[in-house]
Parts: sequence; C-alpha cells; structure tokens
Amino acid sequence: MSARTLPLLFLNLGGEMLYILDQRLRAQSIPGEKARKDEWTDVDRKRVMNDIITTMFNKKFMEELFKPQELYSKKALRTVYDRLAHASIMRLNQASMDKLYDLMTMAFKYQVLLCPRPKDILLVTFNHLDTIKDFISDSPGILNQVDETLRQLIETYSCLSAGEFQLIRQTLLLFFQDMHIRVSIFLKDKVQNSNGRFVLPISGPVPWGTEVPGLIRVFNHNGDEVKRTEFTTDGNYVTPQREGSFDLYGDRVLKLGTNMYSVSRPVETHMSGSSKNLASHAKENVVPNPLAKEEMNFLARLLGVLDVKTPGGSETRFRLNLFTTDEEEEHAALTRPEELSYKVINIEATQEPGRRAELSRILGELEVAEPRPASSGKGEDLLALMDGL
Amino acid sequence: MYRKEKSIQLKSSSAALYNNLSVLRPPGRQLAAFSAVHGPSVNVTVPSLEGREGFCPVFPLTGVLLSCLSFQAAWCVLPSRVLLVLTSQKGIQMYESDGSIMVYWHALDVMEHPPGQTVFARGIAAAGGRFICVGTSSGLVLVFDIPPKGTNITVSEVLEQHRDAITDIAAELGQAPDGAGDLVTADDAGALCVWSSGEEFTLLSKIPAFGCTCSSVKLWNGVVAAGYGNGQILLYEAATGLLRAEVNAHARWIYALDLAPETGKLLSGAEDSFVHVWKISRNPDTDDVEIEHCHAECVTDTQVCGARFCDPEGNSFAVTGYDLSEIFRYGRV
Repeated sequence: MSARTLPLLFLNLGGEMLYILDQRLRAQSIPGEKARKDEWTDVDRKRVMNDIITTMFNKKFMEELFKPQELYSKKALRTVYDRLAHASIMRLNQASMDKLYDLMTMAFKYQVLLCPRPKDILLVTFNHLDTIKDFISDSPGILNQVDETLRQLIETYSCLSAGEFQLIRQTLLLFFQDMHIRVSIFLKDKVQNSNGRFVLPISGPVPWGTEVPGLIRVFNHNGDEVKRTEFTTDGNYVTPQREGSFDLYGDRVLKLGTNMYSVSRPVETHMSGSSKNLASHAKENVVPNPLAKEEMNFLARLLGVLDVKTPGGSETRFRLNLFTTDEEEEHAALTRPEELSYKVINIEATQEPGRRAELSRILGELEVAEPRPASSGKGEDLLALMDGL
Repeated sequence: MYRKEKSIQLKSSSAALYNNLSVLRPPGRQLAAFSAVHGPSVNVTVPSLEGREGFCPVFPLTGVLLSCLSFQAAWCVLPSRVLLVLTSQKGIQMYESDGSIMVYWHALDVMEHPPGQTVFARGIAAAGGRFICVGTSSGLVLVFDIPPKGTNITVSEVLEQHRDAITDIAAELGQAPDGAGDLVTADDAGALCVWSSGEEFTLLSKIPAFGCTCSSVKLWNGVVAAGYGNGQILLYEAATGLLRAEVNAHARWIYALDLAPETGKLLSGAEDSFVHVWKISRNPDTDDVEIEHCHAECVTDTQVCGARFCDPEGNSFAVTGYDLSEIFRYGRV
C-alpha cells in the first residue's frame, strides 16, 4: 500500500507511548526528598521523557524513517518501540510492554477511524508533536529536533492530494484491522463498545469541505438550477467552524491526538474474558514478508545510531509498572492469549564495531515475520548467542 | 421500506478499500455469490450445491502473489463466460467464476512509476460484451480482449487519458442514447472519462476534476452517477459531460455506488455509516435527470466500504464494512 505511511504511524504511536509513560511516571512519582533509591521522582521522570524523545527524534533515524518504504509488521514495529522505551534508565517487563503497545495501537486506531478527512491525520500528528514539545519545553536542543521533524512532515505531506491521503489512511486501517482490545478509558467515555469496536458518531461537525447531507439540486441542460429538494436521516450534522492549521504553529482545532490521560484517569486493558472474536481474528494482517530481513537490518542500523546510555555499575535501572500492582503484572503475563503474544526478540545493544557487523549478519538471518513457536531450537540458540555478546 | 435480513458470515474481516463488495447472481438462480477483499486474501462465498448458503472460506491468492495485498475483487459478466478478476500491488489475476482455476495473470510494470510511488491495479469492469477493463495507479486503463473460452487473453489497448490513479470503472448498465458511450473511468483527482468501446476505444467526453476524489462511478441510460470524497453524488450527461444533479448525500467519503438497471435505483455507501437508496429517472417532458431519496440505513459503528444490489430491480442489497467479518443484507418489505 502507500509507501509514505511509516512516518505517520511511528510518530503518532510514539506520541501515544509518551502520553502513557508520562501518566504512569507521574502516578508512581514520589517527592524527591522522600523517595527511596528505587522509587521514581519528578527529576527521574523528566530525564526519562527527555532521553526517549531525544532518541525518537534522532536526525539519522528520522532521515531513514521518511524514506518511502512499506510498513513494518506489528511485530517488527513493536521491537522498535521496545528499544525506544528502554532508551533511558527505565525498564519495563514484557507484560507492561505488551500493555503499553496495546494501548498505543488502540488509541491511534481510534484517531485514524474518527479523523473527519484523511488529511486530518496530519493534524493528529501535529497534536502529538505539539504536546511532545510541551514535555521538553525547557530543553532547546531537543525542541529543535522536534521542530525539524515538524518541518519535514510539512514538506513531505503538504503537497499530497486527498486521494493519496486516503490511501495512507487505508494502509493504516489495514495495519489496525482486527484489533479490538478493550481500553478502560475508552469504555468509560463510551467511545468503545464492550465488543471492542469503536463508536462512530453520526452527529457533530462534518469534515472541512463537506456539506451537511440533505440537499438535492437538479439542473437543466443550460446549467440553471430548476429544482431543490431535501431529505432527512437520523444523522445530526452541523457545519464546521474553521479548519485546523497545517503550519509549524497554530490551532489544530481537531482534538484527536491530544493527551487524554491524566493522573486521575488511569489506563487499563481487559485481556481476560475477551469475546471469541478477539482470539480468532487477532492474527497478523500482513502477508509473510520476504523482506523481513530488511526490517531487521534497519533496526540494527538504528541500534548503531542510538547513543544508548548503557547504564554503568553505579546507575540503577528503574522498573516502571503499567499495572496497579506487581501481582497484576505477573497475572497479565501468565494469562495473555497466545494469539496476542508479540514474541519479541530482545536484543542487547553493543558499541563495538566488530560486534556490530556480526550482529547485523546474525540479525539478517532472523525471520521476524513468520511466527515461530518460542521453543524452536534455532530461536533459542540465537538468543543465547546475543546474550553472550 | 427495507429491513435487515440474515447476515452472511465471512472467514475474515473486510478491508477499507473502495467498492469492496462484488455480487454475482447467475440468471435463473436465486442465490448470489459474494466477494470482498480482506487484505492479503479475498473472501469468496458461493451458494452450496444443496441450495443452502454455505461459504467457501478465505480464498488465498495463489503462487506468484503470496506477498501481496489485494485492492479489489469483482466478477465480470460477459455473454459467453464469467470471470472473477482480482487486482493487487503486483498485477491482475483472472479466474473462472468460482475461483477454481486461474486463467490469466498480468504483471504490472513497476518501471513506469516514479520511485516511492505505490503501484497497484484498481477499477474493474466488463465492457462491450468482449472486453475487461482494469485501471492502474499511474492512470492507465488496460483493455483485455477476452475470448469466449480458454486462456488466450491479450491486452488489446491501453487507454492513457488519466493522470492520477484510477479508482473505478463502470460499463453502461441500461440503454445508451446515441453518442453517450458505454464506459466511464474515474480517478483519484476526480476526473471522469466517457468512452465508446470497440476494436479501438474512443474518448467521447471528459469531465474535469474539481478537487475531490471520485471513488465510485456508475453509468445508466447515458447518465453518469459519481460518488466523491466530500460525500457528494453528482449526475452527469455521459454524452456532453454536463452536470445534471448534485446531492449532498453523505457526511464523509463515499466508498461505493451501485445501480439496479431495471428501476434506476442507486445505492450509496460511505464512511459515515450510512447506506442510501435513491431513484434516478428522466423527466419525459423536460428531459431533466431527476434523483429522489428513497431510504436511509444506518449501519451502526461501521465504516461502509462495499454496497451492492443483489437483484436487477434493487429489491435487496448487501453491505460490507471495515473490520466486519460479515456481509449485512437488506430486503424490501
């Protein structure tokens, strides 16, 4: 499908990830003086956010991202976010990482579905980036990186036609097809049904450039209007007030893509007691990709580019839990349905150039797209090999 | 006017693609066959031999196209045979109507596209009792000459009038008045071309784009019905390209149009969850083209991506939606 979809997918999912991490870090944060060595403080939170955002908007990474290319599979993309989430002193257990990825993807799926015009996906992206800029408002260096990405977005997408934007939207919808994970905050706000499907409103402002339905006009062979009739439906639409801004700065008007989380509105996903639709239709909706190797090579390059702050002996990695208690997290890990497992391969970063070439070669032989049972001998050997690097 | 009937269950969900439903009703048979694109595969349901509706589950693309996404599946009815045509990012496949044997494969020329641009085929129609026309992402319309039987299918012509990706192609479903042509092609920019089919296709009129994608198009008795991304349905005279009617039909992007040739009923489905039934007619005194609204159906929480009448009078219709693993059906009360 559209070869220009990946930047939008990556940036919006990344934005949602940052919203969730920010909310969880705030929820678990303890005032500096009172915090024990293993507890989060505000300073830690700001550092984690800074580190992740710096990594995400790395110049070389962005250059690679904006090249026309096919979308990654869900598994391959999940691996990239796994690395991103671990770009700082924070670490997440598999269960928390799974939950984080579920939340990110369902949130963006919702935004793509409800976008009035396909072009408005750009406004959603701008909303994410605007909020990211608020997270790092006191770091001019990183702010500059984000602004650069904004400029690149404007340059790449401003000239696309509505038809091309619709193709991008269709590509995104293909990526999200058959995902129906229920998110507590969506269920509470009644934007998602208990079967996991989103509520599509039939009222409110029509997209910019669309007329409110109802009018039929008939013209004669001279082009003069000769008849006018109206029809009614259950829909209750109104004319929109103004169009959102597609500039570097401006009022985006659209609320989709802004931060809906806060400390008082925590997020949870429901995995148990899912409808049978969830289990049977959660398969990867992409074809086995013979170019999976290429995806892993990109990832390997990403690892080489990242200035990963490998924690030394003195620096502890703090664990962030996306669940309310450790027991909940453990339970979630045990009860996650097999079909929804991401089977992520954990890769340790290494700085030695010689090792990096070896790593690329090994990664080149891996097939991420084909789901393999975790107990396959070959898979375990490779993992063991990488652990030893 | 219409009420919901029993749905058909699909093996997998439907993708958000234009005109994502095709219906085949062989003459004399009550039951219809349906096809809808899932993504890397196409769902085809055929009535079982006993007359009950069983379904032939997920119909995978064979051989060459393993790593490929489909864009459209449609049955093409010609006097001597019916073919099931599948388009994708790699090319065009033609099968016998039950999907059992592939009779033809045409690979798309990747070279003729600028790098980075998506390559695909989209827009399928049988024309002139002899041809099958398929559109491409570069704006070309390939005309295939189909023999009454066998696999000796050839490209008889390539029509080069569109500059943007083809979205839909439609053949005349009724009786074309003189000079009105029998084929209309539509593209991503919203431009429409009306053609006369034959050994050599002739361009009769061109309706310029006005800044909105035309995602679906139909041709009936010399009237072009076009559905647009801004939710409007426009009716034009095929012979002259003159605009005859404008309907603010939907609140969001139209994905599918269909027409019942015996009555002039028009069906439209869009992202706004609505399916509308309209009636097109020609005023015998003024010769004006008229359109009236007949019925509105809200497919709750669904972005409609395919809509087709199941009979030539328009007494029943079927609907597919993004992420839905069933085909909704409605019939006249």
